[in-house]
Amino acid sequence: MSLEKEISLLKEEKAILQKGGGDAAIEKQVAMGKMTARERIAALLDKESFCEYDLFVKHEVHDFGMDKKELPCDGVVTGTGTINGKPVCIYAQDFTVMGGSLGLMHARKITKIMDHALKMQIPCIGINDSGGARIQEGVGALAGYGEIFYRNTMASGVIPQISVILGPCAGGAVYSPALTDFVFVVENISKMFITGPAVIETVLGEKISQEELGGARVHAEITGNAHFYSMNEKDCFDQIRTLLSYLPSNNTKKPDETKVMAPTFKGKLEDFIPADPKQPYDVRDIIKAITDGSEFFEIQELFARNIVIGFGRINGQSVGFVANQPLYLAGVLDCDSADKAARFIRFCDAFNIPIVTLEDMPGYLPGVDQEHAGVIRHGAKVLYAYSEATVPKITVILRKAYGGGYIAMNSRHLGADFVFAWPCAEIAVMGPDGAANIIFSKEIKDAEDLEAMRKEKIQEYKDKFANPYVAAARGFIDSVIEPSQTRAMLIHTLTISKDKTEVRPTKKHGLPPF
Amino acid sequence: MSEEKQELVDLTIEEGTYKTLLTEKFKMKKKYEPKNTDHVYSIIPGTILKFFVKEGDTVKAGSPLLILEAMKMENIIKMPFDGKIRKILVSDGVRIAKDTLMVELDK
Repeated sequence: MSLEKEISLLKEEKAILQKGGGDAAIEKQVAMGKMTARERIAALLDKESFCEYDLFVKHEVHDFGMDKKELPCDGVVTGTGTINGKPVCIYAQDFTVMGGSLGLMHARKITKIMDHALKMQIPCIGINDSGGARIQEGVGALAGYGEIFYRNTMASGVIPQISVILGPCAGGAVYSPALTDFVFVVENISKMFITGPAVIETVLGEKISQEELGGARVHAEITGNAHFYSMNEKDCFDQIRTLLSYLPSNNTKKPDETKVMAPTFKGKLEDFIPADPKQPYDVRDIIKAITDGSEFFEIQELFARNIVIGFGRINGQSVGFVANQPLYLAGVLDCDSADKAARFIRFCDAFNIPIVTLEDMPGYLPGVDQEHAGVIRHGAKVLYAYSEATVPKITVILRKAYGGGYIAMNSRHLGADFVFAWPCAEIAVMGPDGAANIIFSKEIKDAEDLEAMRKEKIQEYKDKFANPYVAAARGFIDSVIEPSQTRAMLIHTLTISKDKTEVRPTKKHGLPPF
Repeated sequence: MSEEKQELVDLTIEEGTYKTLLTEKFKMKKKYEPKNTDHVYSIIPGTILKFFVKEGDTVKAGSPLLILEAMKMENIIKMPFDGKIRKILVSDGVRIAKDTLMVELDK
């Protein structure tokens, strides 16, 4: 018996379905500067590794004339493939099919591939390009969103979840990306908001463009909803592949180790740090001087730039860096930088990635706006995240470590495994200027030359307390090291900590100050 | 990004003054101004539906001043203390933004 006829029918049917919304709709998509859903998957995954499922799924809506409408694949492409040779689950919404709108079957395709990712313990990537809920499906569309959110939450901390915003992502649709670990946006293409410009103008009379309200740059710089920002889809896919190279496939594994490379940086680490603690420098130069191949993959580069987070490798091992950035806002902690750091620390902890903290910060950002925005509640997240983490935690105090900031930045007291300080470190309850003004207030007030006395007392405080040796004398730091020894010390302590185990009290879950 | 082109500024944290760059969000922030308790501001953007008082009226605390319709809800704005209506700055049917000064009062 020959199956020739059946096979050719299958091929024909597949070819039609894989065209999505058809030539005219594809042309429109291209005119918007966007790739199609299938092109995106092909561009992101390893060559010819994609295997599609649920191509033949149909929607089930009969109202509003929908029964006569064919929606190929119900507007979403789902399947499995590999990135860097490792398996992933993926879905991509197809804007050419009814604007990528989400109906119940569309959502069920997504939840099916998410369930698969969780069962197979592999990362799940969602490419969002959708006008939102399919209104004709009514509550069925809402059910669909809810079922996706539930799975995002169940998979959280078990498998890496990545959201790529390559088109509109509005209303309820924004909450799936918000629940995932990393959100990628592309200039001019990504648009995310709860309420769009049209509604805002009708209801509130405020006029704003989609780009200004929720474009890629806004989410990368102002809201912090996005973690990676790029100028085109190709660069975005490169970023995703690089990110995954630093991560394990699930929370029971460690990231793959790579070949050890020396830093390409040649020179003296201490030359980056100005002698005057009030002068800035770019802490990313220090990170790059320490990491394998001097490579550092920064996360949320534009958001809360006063703290730097990202991945690098030390001796072939994937490491999460958290570093105060004196170049911006003097490297203070504030609401945004606390949120940024805390979430990253929790990610590293969930996925067995050691955390290296580089500290140089003068304290918390003062201001009514900060206090009213809840800097107490936000700042507490950093304390919680560091204390809770059981991965290897190593701190290097580069320069300033004052007051609450000293405690917050992975101090010994929050459970750091190793704490080192450079000889220029100032570990003290507050900066010398403030401390001298309080401790020696009487001497300064009674002095003939107020300013000269103030200067003298500030110097006295500096000599006595603004150094690493007071903390070292109490064992709060393990050693004062030369800057040039930093990489060697990190390699040593990371190697020592490879099988670190630390037990936490049994609980249903903790209550981080969300 | 173009850090080199930006100008370092002074930022004071706990009496220490540091040379640093500012973030865009920091530059965007508004300076805090204390609220004048004799002024009634809109709590939400919306439309003025109706006034219950006119300038010069003496009004008891808790009496309705006006209705501000917003998000399909009619919000009754009440007199915060016993006093007099000094000035009304908005009129019926007008759509206003959040924090718009609507009424000035005298104690």
